Amino acid sequence: MAAVLDATPFNFVAIVLCISFGAGLLGSLLGLGGGLILIPVLTLVLKVDIRYAVGASIVSVIATSSGAAAAYVRDGLANMRVAMFLEVATVAGAVTGAMLAGMVGGRALYFLFGAVMAYSALAMLRKLREDDRPRKEPPPDALADRLGLHGSYYDVSTGGEVAYRVHRPLVGLGLMYIAGTVSGLLGIGSGALKVPAMDLAMGLPIKVSTATSNFMIGVTAAASAGIYFARGDIDPFIAGPVCVGVTLGAFAGSRYLTKLKSGSLRMLFIAVLLWVSYEMLSKGIHG
Amino acid sequence: MSPEPAEPPSPRETAAATTTAVTEEVVPLTPELLISQLLRGGVLLSLSLVTCGMVMTFFRHPDYFSSPDALQRLTSPDSAPHRLPDVFEGVMAVRGQSFVMAGLLVMITVPVLRVALSLGIFRAQKDRTFAAITTSVLALLLLAFLLGGVE
Repeated sequence: MAAVLDATPFNFVAIVLCISFGAGLLGSLLGLGGGLILIPVLTLVLKVDIRYAVGASIVSVIATSSGAAAAYVRDGLANMRVAMFLEVATVAGAVTGAMLAGMVGGRALYFLFGAVMAYSALAMLRKLREDDRPRKEPPPDALADRLGLHGSYYDVSTGGEVAYRVHRPLVGLGLMYIAGTVSGLLGIGSGALKVPAMDLAMGLPIKVSTATSNFMIGVTAAASAGIYFARGDIDPFIAGPVCVGVTLGAFAGSRYLTKLKSGSLRMLFIAVLLWVSYEMLSKGIHG
Repeated sequence: MSPEPAEPPSPRETAAATTTAVTEEVVPLTPELLISQLLRGGVLLSLSLVTCGMVMTFFRHPDYFSSPDALQRLTSPDSAPHRLPDVFEGVMAVRGQSFVMAGLLVMITVPVLRVALSLGIFRAQKDRTFAAITTSVLALLLLAFLLGGVE
């Protein structure tokens, strides 16, 4: 692998730290993981080999997810039973994905990454239009009853406990296997796939889906990170500064800045995401 | 509704009764809090190790500030330790990069410990089904680490 610039090791680490900080900050503002932003910058700008970029990203995904989950779990927003049930599928998927990553070539990774990125951008666009739509009570589900997946959370805006019911746990399990595979292949948390699986397919409230997705991402990422480590794809010289930078950035973002609500700014980011996904796709096609 | 964990008779009240002068609220140790603390502590430990390792690396190699060649060598595929004994040996030899790697490994272990802790909690709650589900997640995680090693 080669780093582009004729930089000294110190400069390289400093640049990676700054970029990772920015990716973590932006990620927490947009509600995306840092990986989706970080990997294109590392590969397209710094010319880091995509395998090392993925290896570095996957560890930072664990860091941000665990940090965020610590708060969500304390506030009782993450549904730990749903999370544990679905983790069976995401972890199995992550193992599949990380094994596949060792077999498919770099170009296929670029292509898939571009596709997932475009999908995430479009998913954000959809969320922009239909936030907080009213939801109806899902039909009763025997398996969800048996597993005791239903729950409740404290809603800050209304100041009351909101109870919710879960259905179609097996559909969720299937979708989570796919999300886990993508996560293992690309070194991203793939929250953009996990949230709809819970929110749309299983009927969990969007806040609970987001919190639970964050809670699960760490375990999914740990499964693939183990495989990447053993394969030697986690280079401390890149993964170290990435991990520190992304975590500090995400922390600063969640602490000092409120989530971006402004529609036009979000539209701008969606446009940037689509453009980057086009770059990644074309790198996948033309090599 | 998920079943509530059996809690000892309101530790908050007994604590409040005994510690009148202490302003800090004594929070009972719920499973949620336990997991939350584990996640936070693990991330902090890992980040400190990684940061120390990075500082140490530059301390021991002043030429890293000036020589562009060193970067090519450092980022070549075989420069980094990627076997547990190698990492351990490096940490013993106070090698910066091995400290960074140890920190990254701590980070990877945090979610695994979280699952193990959940298993303990489900077992304490006598929740057979979820203890079984959690065991299979743990088994899959261990399988992942083993599979990676075989390759």
